[in-house]
Amino acid sequence: MQSVPLEYSLGLSALLFSIGLAGVLVRRNAIVLFMCIELMLNAVNLAFVALSPFAGRDGQVFVFFVIAVAAAEAAVGLAIMIAVFRHKDSVDVKNFSLLRW
Amino acid sequence: MVIQILFFFFAACAAGSALAMVTRRNPVACAIWLIGTFFALAAIYTLLGALFIGIIQILVYAGAIMVLFLFVIMLLNLGNEFEDDIQGTGWKVMAGGAGLIMLAFLGRVFSGELPAPLGHEAGPQALATAQAQDGVVGLVGVPLYQSYVVALQATAVLLFVAVVGAVVLAKRKV
Repeated sequence: MQSVPLEYSLGLSALLFSIGLAGVLVRRNAIVLFMCIELMLNAVNLAFVALSPFAGRDGQVFVFFVIAVAAAEAAVGLAIMIAVFRHKDSVDVKNFSLLRW
Repeated sequence: MVIQILFFFFAACAAGSALAMVTRRNPVACAIWLIGTFFALAAIYTLLGALFIGIIQILVYAGAIMVLFLFVIMLLNLGNEFEDDIQGTGWKVMAGGAGLIMLAFLGRVFSGELPAPLGHEAGPQALATAQAQDGVVGLVGVPLYQSYVVALQATAVLLFVAVVGAVVLAKRKV
């Protein structure tokens, strides 16, 4: 059953999370930022699934909830992007500096 | 052994697609590379024994969520004339540093002792027994409707609020 060592799965999870984190910091297109956040959520899901043989089946249930929350977040976030695009004609976050000091 | 080779193959696919997703300029190319990552991750979930989660990953993530992303890209017409959106050198250095910090945690995973198995019924054997007893879907579904029924209802309310909020936000005149 458990033929992939836990270290490999957790390592891949950390690698994907760091790629997603670097993407959030390096990109300015708001939709690509959302994609990077989805990648980080997936990295966490992978850690949950990898640990579930050791901590019981609850890990897979949590993955289910994470996917549901990610779907809700994508729906609301993209609706916000459409509303912002209507005002600024851009989804580049350098143009959304209204709340910055 | 075969499973380990398959794991490395799909892990390379996932990491490579994720890197391509971060570095491509065109938002449509980013979305397509991210779909590749999701498919590779679904294969990895299946290899790790989470069959139902792998199917849900393809249905919900690679299907529904990425169609939503592509739909918004199409709606805002971002795929044709996209401006260069990669940040300057300072941000690149900061992103590299943050990535390196995360990879330092990865080194901690490989060098140090892993924490003792958590939880009540630890061990791969327990998971295999539960799967043989409840089936592939029941492995997730039975606890979902027994121990987590309140959280399930809260998720239903969350999705309802998200759908109503998305409609209200995207409408022209409220």
